[in-house]
Amino acid sequence: MLSYILRRILATLPVMAIVALFVFSLLYIAPGDPAVVIAGDQASPEDVERIRQSLGLDRPFLIQFGSWVWRILHGDLGTSIFTNLPVSAMIGQRLGPTLSLMMVTLLLTIVVAVPLGVLAAWKAGSFIDRVIMGFAVFGFSLPVFVVGYMLAYVFALELEWLPVQGYTPLTEGFWPWLENLILPAIALGCVYIALVARITRAAMLEVLQQDYIRTAKAKGLGQGGILFIHALKNAAVPIVTVIGIGIALLIGGAVVTESVFAIPGLGRLTIDAILRRDYPVIQGIVLLFSFVYVLVNLMIDVTYTLVDPRIRY
Amino acid sequence: MDRRTVLKGLAGAGGLALTGLSAPAIAQGTAARTLRFVPQANLANFDPIWGTQYVVRNAAALVWDTLYGVDAKLQPLRQMVESEETTDDGKTWTFKLRPGLKFHDGEPVLSKDVVASLSRWAARDPMGLMILAIQQELTAVDDRTFKWVLKQPFPKMLYALAKNNSPCAFIMPERIAKTDPFKQISDYVGSGPMKFAKSEWVPGAKSVFEKFADYVPRQEKASWLAGGKQILVDRVEWLVMPDPATAAAALQNGEVDWWENPIADLVPVLKSNKNISVDIGDPLGNIGSFRMNHLFAPFNDVRARRAVLMALSQEDYMRAIVGDDDALWKPLPGFFTPGTSLYSEMGGEILKGKRDLGAAKKLLAESGYSGQPVTCLVAQDQPITKAQGDVTADLLKKLGMNVDFVATDWGTVGSRRAQKTPPGQGGWNMFHTWHAGADCINPAPYTAIRANGDKAWFGWPNSPNTEKEVTAWFDAKNLDEEKAAVGRLNKAALDDVVYAPTGFFLTYTAWRKNVSGITKGPLPFFWGVSKTA
Repeated sequence: MLSYILRRILATLPVMAIVALFVFSLLYIAPGDPAVVIAGDQASPEDVERIRQSLGLDRPFLIQFGSWVWRILHGDLGTSIFTNLPVSAMIGQRLGPTLSLMMVTLLLTIVVAVPLGVLAAWKAGSFIDRVIMGFAVFGFSLPVFVVGYMLAYVFALELEWLPVQGYTPLTEGFWPWLENLILPAIALGCVYIALVARITRAAMLEVLQQDYIRTAKAKGLGQGGILFIHALKNAAVPIVTVIGIGIALLIGGAVVTESVFAIPGLGRLTIDAILRRDYPVIQGIVLLFSFVYVLVNLMIDVTYTLVDPRIRY
Repeated sequence: MDRRTVLKGLAGAGGLALTGLSAPAIAQGTAARTLRFVPQANLANFDPIWGTQYVVRNAAALVWDTLYGVDAKLQPLRQMVESEETTDDGKTWTFKLRPGLKFHDGEPVLSKDVVASLSRWAARDPMGLMILAIQQELTAVDDRTFKWVLKQPFPKMLYALAKNNSPCAFIMPERIAKTDPFKQISDYVGSGPMKFAKSEWVPGAKSVFEKFADYVPRQEKASWLAGGKQILVDRVEWLVMPDPATAAAALQNGEVDWWENPIADLVPVLKSNKNISVDIGDPLGNIGSFRMNHLFAPFNDVRARRAVLMALSQEDYMRAIVGDDDALWKPLPGFFTPGTSLYSEMGGEILKGKRDLGAAKKLLAESGYSGQPVTCLVAQDQPITKAQGDVTADLLKKLGMNVDFVATDWGTVGSRRAQKTPPGQGGWNMFHTWHAGADCINPAPYTAIRANGDKAWFGWPNSPNTEKEVTAWFDAKNLDEEKAAVGRLNKAALDDVVYAPTGFFLTYTAWRKNVSGITKGPLPFFWGVSKTA
């Protein structure tokens, strides 16, 4: 297993290299110029050109790419063109809010979606099943920002139970941290809950047709034991897979959610960097995200061995 | 006890059990000493000379002081300067600093700091460049006195040092001001009434300013950038909210105290809230505009440019930007800010009265336009440019023009508009923007009105008559001469259609009613602003 994990980690290196080349090339050919944004609307073309030179943006592609890769190999993601702060520090500032949002959303999803999916499968074809699947369709259909606005209106503006916006670090208290994340996590989690609930239901329905479930029933096992010990464990592989894939959804959704709820996370940093053409920041974030995707996939593969003893690497 | 309190109690108890972390005790009154402000944009960098965006200028005005400052009457008044003298020939200016001025690191403000600061500023500012072109020397005479010797008089010297247009002549410590003006500073030790809390800066999200206890305000009443900058709160937090609906909700909920520029659509909601005040933010407003590329057909022919001007309805543009609120806009048959001393409508007939589409089409045909595509750049991520772009597309179609509507983002417009290649090869025919009214009160900071061909702003208009009147304004000896020059300038710029003004519009600002002291101006002024719990 250890050698498998090591091999997989080594395999991430060419993936990251390809991502790096792709991102750098894409940004190089993309229209837009950070020097123009920095110089402001009243700047002369000469001012813009001098800023471009001072940033090294006038250098040939290969030289720019080479010096960037060299820095990356030395563990330096570079410095933001706009803020003059290290990209790693900027990412560090934003990591906490995004991780918190994703963690709470993930937790909420698992706690809500898996039982709902199990219940729907158990009561397949019934009114309960239809209600749950109706909710799933609803969750899929509503854009994150619409859910966000609705939640903010009801729970923040009308009922005044929760704040509209912002983020408080966990070090300043559990409730201040959590209260800022409840509405964003629900908004972001809607699609995710819908997805996981549907997959759980489908996987459970298949498992519930198996002979060993009939045997378990014949042995007189209770419904809870059958569903959550025998059936759910055997249905876990696709559920774990979709939870993993869903993390990609969360990263995408976090961009919108963080904007709607003014959470200073990586999603907003990404959007700001793209709009301003802050190349080092965009490159740093994309590298980070691609590394996270690769890591999540590895974790999913490892988790398979825990839920299904037949899988060995 | 309400639901939120119960939730807070339950979760707080749970949290303590889980993490052992507790919420810090908040001293009573802390909230009243912290002003939470939603700025118009993200403070992405903090060098007001290197980056000339308005938001940087606005934040910098808290942290760095200026030698002079303009007041609400647009008059330059002494700020860090105690006195000034000029020789009879107007070529030598000698300035003396006020005593007791300190930087945020406790060091005194000395003439050498001023000399370094002015040198860096002058390299980036249009008026500064004019001074540099005639500069003989800029030297520190002693710790509090410095001298600027010129080869010829520069009557607008005090205005140049006082103006609120970006970049302002902010005074920094010499070690910081010696940074190349085209490179960004990373040390933010200031001379103004508030300190920048660099450790709390989260670019794109939050910037914090703390009261500087050793700042010595002037005794006069504050007026815009002039007078006594008395800070009445301990801390000002700038909270960036990219989504206007979120900012509106946060203001209604009391999570923020002041929102610099609420969008017109949300103003009725804010006005209906009894805890919120809404008023015009900047009386100098903004001038909407689109620029035509004078280098390429069809707009290299003045008749084509005039045809567009004859057909355009400023009301259409303004309603697209501000909606139905008539208090927020007015027609602008000229280029200068309404309500200011140099405002002129001379030559503005082409923009007044009923629009004559037939005559415009005839003039366009005379210009030789034969249906070639007109590349119109429209940034969709800026509501003002998007609104104007949609109106322009309709206008050009009514004129029978073949519109190549390029829907893109501001970053792309910003770089593409600098291209001098033909429209079909990466260039352009039109783009939309707007100018702060404060930048359009006279020709000095007004880059967009210049018509000196290759050296002019994007579109590169070449109008010798316009340039002649710009020079006449700089040479003017009194207000009457200035007014006459600007009147002629307005006419020349309209005759040659340096650019197309689409109207004058205002924006609102909104704040909680427990905040007082907010004044109207071209930037948010925090001195004199207080807050009750």
